[in-house]
Amino acid sequence: MAQVFAYLTHSNGVLDDAALELATAAKAISSSPATAIVAGHGVDAVAASAASIFEKVIKVDHAALSYPNAEVVRKALVAVIPQGSVVLFAHSTFSMDCAPGLSIKLGASFVADIVGIEGVEGSSLKVVRQELGGEVSTHVDVDISAGSVVAVRPGTFAPDEGKGAQGSVTDRSADLGDLSCERKFIEVQTPEAGDVDITKAEILISIGRGIEDEENIQLAMELKEAIGKGAEVSCSRPIVDAKWLEATRQVGTSGCTVKPKVYLACGISGSFQHMGGIKGGYIVAINKNPNAPIFQVADVGVVANIVEFLPVLTEKIASL
Amino acid sequence: MEILVCVKRVPDTAENEFVMNSAGNDIERDDLVYSVNEWDNYAVEEAIQIVEKVGGSVTVVTAADADADEILRREMAMGAENGLLLNDDAFVGSDCKGIAHILKGAVGKGNYDLILTGAQADEGSGAVGGMLAAMLDLPYASLVNRVEVGDGKLTVGREIEGGRREINEITLPCVLSIQTGINEPRYVGVRGIRKVASVEIPALGAAELGIDASCVGAKGAAVRKLDYFVPVKGAGAEMLAGSAEEIADKLVEILKTNGGIS
Ligand SMILES: Cc1cc2nc3c(=O)[nH]c(=O)nc-3n(C[C@H](O)[C@H](O)[C@H](O)COP(=O)(O)OP(=O)(O)OC[C@H]3O[C@@H](n4cnc5c(N)ncnc54)[C@H](O)[C@@H]3O)c2cc1C
Ligand SMILES: Cc1cc2nc3c(=O)[nH]c(=O)nc-3n(C[C@H](O)[C@H](O)[C@H](O)COP(=O)(O)OP(=O)(O)OC[C@H]3O[C@@H](n4cnc5c(N)ncnc54)[C@H](O)[C@@H]3O)c2cc1C
Repeated sequence: MAQVFAYLTHSNGVLDDAALELATAAKAISSSPATAIVAGHGVDAVAASAASIFEKVIKVDHAALSYPNAEVVRKALVAVIPQGSVVLFAHSTFSMDCAPGLSIKLGASFVADIVGIEGVEGSSLKVVRQELGGEVSTHVDVDISAGSVVAVRPGTFAPDEGKGAQGSVTDRSADLGDLSCERKFIEVQTPEAGDVDITKAEILISIGRGIEDEENIQLAMELKEAIGKGAEVSCSRPIVDAKWLEATRQVGTSGCTVKPKVYLACGISGSFQHMGGIKGGYIVAINKNPNAPIFQVADVGVVANIVEFLPVLTEKIASL
Repeated sequence: MEILVCVKRVPDTAENEFVMNSAGNDIERDDLVYSVNEWDNYAVEEAIQIVEKVGGSVTVVTAADADADEILRREMAMGAENGLLLNDDAFVGSDCKGIAHILKGAVGKGNYDLILTGAQADEGSGAVGGMLAAMLDLPYASLVNRVEVGDGKLTVGREIEGGRREINEITLPCVLSIQTGINEPRYVGVRGIRKVASVEIPALGAAELGIDASCVGAKGAAVRKLDYFVPVKGAGAEMLAGSAEEIADKLVEILKTNGGIS
């Protein structure tokens, strides 16, 4: 059985929670303990927390790894991971940057954004993926005979609360070799706060591409007015891309994380990047497609054309 | 600047309802409405804007069967000068790595300073660009939502979690995957499409591209799809039925109970 590694991300000296999910994922692949990899500069504390989850931890420490520039991290990983290994990542903007290229350099297969592991038989790893924004799923057979790089969708596996692994940390920094690369990290820019703060709203009327026309945004605004205090209008990414609403109203992994009492998803299909920004609350989905993926995660669903339905709801609330 | 943009023809999620084929090994694709992958439109627009600023030309390329001609022409109507179709029976069944391999063959046929892909396509791997870059030993940045052209290098912004932007300097030639929202892709009208209707689009196969057929297609694929199915997750939502009025009444109750409105 191939050796399993898990690349752990961290920020500000704290291990990302994804580490616990990767620990569970690793156990679904192999009964032998997985090795965690922590890369960075001055990451002893991070490696120590990794060792409370994984029995074995590899630490690579170098000034060039101060910021996780994917091109530099890739070189570091190639230096310490033996050919033929299975390497786990949490599917994220970092894995999208690093993992596909890593698979080429390791001569390994690659599968991204998996939402389940069915098991391993010989050199075949069977996983579950989604396509077309979650409308359909597939079982996928991944040949791991030459190793594999696997990116796991966050939330797929329950966090491994076993803790207390009391693992050992091995410092492999001396093996790093040349880390120079043709992409230089400059800085991280944080978006400016806007006039509206959707994270404080108790009821979010959230509109997606199903609103169809910029003019129809008014329908959501009118519902918000009718509800009054505590209500705000938020949206999915295509609405921001089209510049119909400001970026500060976007819910999702690349937007805001919200936790309203009620989330009214109107014409939103329910992609994981969108749902990743909703951390609680009662979800009502209104969508004209009865098979929309959002109906699998919402509490209550309504099959309707929102352009026709929103005014009816606004009317009801206004007359309370 | 000579720019190659990789584009993919994908089923349009807004226009289709997906059903399984009788064998269960694919969705029924015969009557689907197809379009250009959303991300790729942004990539083509970005390439055109760069060329408008610094000169050069844009080539759009796809690895697909001849049906993809229409999407190449659509992107050419936006302003890409050349189209390139990579088509061979040997390519059928390629996984992401196979597709990257095929595209690498096309890169070798030109002299490109910059290669763009979309950040992801319908199958959601977000992989082809990063693989292509690694195969070519070129620097790569994914999820790019800002590009500034410098001297022999680019300053690029990468979108990372929470709407933050990671700024990098990257030397040319390089490969970038483009994120939506980076620009506003121009509108293509029927007249624009008509203008490029008769432009010749070369079709290249494995032999012309110098591709070893064992690295691509089903034979070269380490990743194989076994079947397609509609996901069942938990019990799903309780679906409200009735007239619009009745449903609205129920929603008002839900808002009262859960949202605290009075
Ligand atoms: C790295 C990365 C980060 C991302 N971050 C985010 C993010 O933070 N937030 C985000 O939202 N997305 C994000 N995305 C994009 C995400 O993958 C989806 O593309 C996006 O969420 C889709 O938005 P949507 O549901 O509004 O549109 P679609 O997926 O197009 O869905 C529109 C829905 O509206 C329905 N509909 C159409 N017309 C009507 C009507 N008249 N009445 C009722 N229903 C109708 C359709 O049936 C469909 O279900 C990200 C993508 C990437 C790659
Ligand atoms: C007949 C057929 C059989 C297939 N069999 C298999 C199989 O056995 N195993 C398997 O894993 N996959 C198979 N595929 C899927 C195919 O290999 C996918 O196109 C590939 O995996 C990329 O998928 P993606 O949407 O995840 O790409 P992503 O990596 O998400 O795409 C990112 C970007 O890469 C570029 N890109 C992607 N595909 C192309 C392309 N074809 N031409 C030009 N640029 C492109 C685009 O710029 C795109 O925005 C098959 C497809 C077909 C049509």
